[in-house]
Amino acid sequence: MDLNYSQEESAFRDEVRGWIKQNLPQDLRDKIANYEELGRDDLLRWHKILAKKGWVAPAWPKEFGGTDWNVVQRYIFEEECGFAGTPPLIPFGLSMCGPVILRFGTPEQKKRFLPDIYNGDVFWCQGYSEPGSGSDLASLKTKAERQGDHYIVNGQKIWTTLGHIADWIFCLVRTDSSLSKRQEGISFLLIDMKTPGITVRPLILMDGGHEVNEVFFDNVKVPVGNLIYEEGKGWTVAKYLLGHERMNTGRIGASKRELAKLKEFATKQTGDNGKPLMDDARFRDKLTRVEVELMALEITNLRFLDQMRRSGQPPGADVSMLKIKGTEIQQALTELSMAAVGPMAQPFKSVANDPDFDEFTAGLAPRYCNFRKTTIYAGSNEIQRNIISKMTLGL
Amino acid sequence: MNFDYNEEQQLLADSVRRYLAKDYTFEARKKIVDSKDGWSPAVWAQLTEMGLMGLPFSPDYGGFGGGAVDLMGVMEAAGDAMLVEPYLPTLMAGFAVARAGSDAQKKAVLTAVVEGKLKLAFAQTEKNARYNLAKVEAQAKKAGAGWEITGEKFVVLGAPAADTFVVSAKTEKGLSLFLVKKESVKVKPYVTLDEQRAGDVSLSRSAGELLGAEGGALAVIEETVDYATALICAEAVGAMKFACDTTLEYLKTRKQFGVPIGTFQALQHRMVDMYVAQEQARSMACLACSKVDSPADARDRAKAISAAKIKIADNARLISQEAIQLHGGMGMTEEMKVSHTFRRLTMIAQQFGDADHHLARFASL
Repeated sequence: MDLNYSQEESAFRDEVRGWIKQNLPQDLRDKIANYEELGRDDLLRWHKILAKKGWVAPAWPKEFGGTDWNVVQRYIFEEECGFAGTPPLIPFGLSMCGPVILRFGTPEQKKRFLPDIYNGDVFWCQGYSEPGSGSDLASLKTKAERQGDHYIVNGQKIWTTLGHIADWIFCLVRTDSSLSKRQEGISFLLIDMKTPGITVRPLILMDGGHEVNEVFFDNVKVPVGNLIYEEGKGWTVAKYLLGHERMNTGRIGASKRELAKLKEFATKQTGDNGKPLMDDARFRDKLTRVEVELMALEITNLRFLDQMRRSGQPPGADVSMLKIKGTEIQQALTELSMAAVGPMAQPFKSVANDPDFDEFTAGLAPRYCNFRKTTIYAGSNEIQRNIISKMTLGL
Repeated sequence: MNFDYNEEQQLLADSVRRYLAKDYTFEARKKIVDSKDGWSPAVWAQLTEMGLMGLPFSPDYGGFGGGAVDLMGVMEAAGDAMLVEPYLPTLMAGFAVARAGSDAQKKAVLTAVVEGKLKLAFAQTEKNARYNLAKVEAQAKKAGAGWEITGEKFVVLGAPAADTFVVSAKTEKGLSLFLVKKESVKVKPYVTLDEQRAGDVSLSRSAGELLGAEGGALAVIEETVDYATALICAEAVGAMKFACDTTLEYLKTRKQFGVPIGTFQALQHRMVDMYVAQEQARSMACLACSKVDSPADARDRAKAISAAKIKIADNARLISQEAIQLHGGMGMTEEMKVSHTFRRLTMIAQQFGDADHHLARFASL
């Protein structure tokens, strides 16, 4: 048993760390550190820097720009990005639509869509959830009717992350409502967001941020060439994609960074007795418990990777526990950060656009609010428990 | 990076598990627990035969020179079977001898331990010290070529069966360790909640032999207790796994309202949380055992051990409590093994420092 990275793995980590240090622009670094909202340009700038280096889609096949890294290297790369605080790589193109096209797309579709995804020239969003279809995705109702060379799409999607800045959306739509099994008759369609009949309506979250949207489809004409895989076989595609979505939800690198930051500013904060908050046992013990949970999660994650590398098998249902624990940790860290600043957590935004207004401190409570989403999205933690219960425990 | 046991470790763990499953069943264990001495010479002989006494000690004394990682699988099996033999106290005190003893002391004590002829106990805890290892009131004074020790040690695990004690006491120069034979002390024996034997040890000008440097014992005591903590972390994982497995089995077989209770989502999610807690605990046991074997330094070791013990204590509590709750009334009864696992996990959570103690220690490092 050896919990340390091998020499080669350590060298790889150092290489990645060094390269990020050299290549992450300072203004982006600052925005992340101050929890500022990132726009399309911010996100795509980092995407393009990585694309130029050849590191933007490590898991893709080599001929499409993949890196040929093994699972451990891929994990190291992602955790180093999280630890350094790079802008996130938005998963909709690179980790969701891309892999689906690679797996199910025709040669023409690969040629048409993959280079733009790789290079960050097209921004994608995901059209899965509907008002009546959250965890129960197979109940979706958005309809696509075949008329000649086109599908006519009618319906509504919801929780469409970054839909307001996206160029394209991949959607699950119902192409046949006559079948008794709900998973059948669903198809996977790629839709240009500029197509007439699409309306995007913002859903502002409780922290005041605009991340998600409702997307309405009113007689939207989609060429049949935009169908991925076979008509009615969209559920097969969706299941494949959900497997991708559940990977690397531990976000250990990012939580390590947040933890270090929190420790640093809790040392500067004073408690009621005028001594550093970090010396207040009530606060410190809560923080230590989160730190220990994170240590355990990191080792659990490495155990899964080690197993994966050895068996060559993709991780089973147990990866759901990475999502459960990872998101619980992220939430605990945002809650403790808010608690650390005490009464100063109350200011939210300046009325007069005061340049001296402490945006960072004012951002801590909204961040706490925002992070409540993590245990809901990407398969709520209750769904994750259902998965482990059924697949691993056999209940 | 590699989380598997090597072939030797796996073979040993398997054979110990097989032996315990066959000869150390819940019923067999109950007979041992109810016996006068609360441990079994036959089992001890068998464990010795399997090489478990020699496993952690140097080949110079007939052992195999293994570390905590080599013991992980064994301790896990012990946790599953809830071994009550004084194995842990013997390993623990033996570790202190191996670290601090002279060649002659090591030869005398460890050779006999490896041969299964000597059982040890680590007499450290005092009444008002709680988990503070530096707080020792027992006194040692020079007497001719040897030493005389006076003091009271409490809850000394394995004391009733021990032939030789490793005792901490203060001299003029500070905290020191001594080897003391059982003939020189008085033991007040009792059964612990987890059905092991322990005792309070009285020393009154008891003859002892200095073990290691006079006044320099604290580092050895800390390392010894960290080592033992790593071992009970591994033991806890075995106990947790049993608690989880048997609860899962119960959920699948116990019927209410005409269906197995495992079909209820309220119970499924609690079962999943137990399972996740077990995996997280296993990760920390790996960390604890690896770090006592090869720490960067004493602080690195202590930090990992405290982190592991916080997690083990928290998760032992969660898993043991939930196992009883999900078993319903049956879980409360003495006839179910899981209620005994509850007792052992409850004690492990506090042994060598509870979560609060280790939270404070972690923060101080």
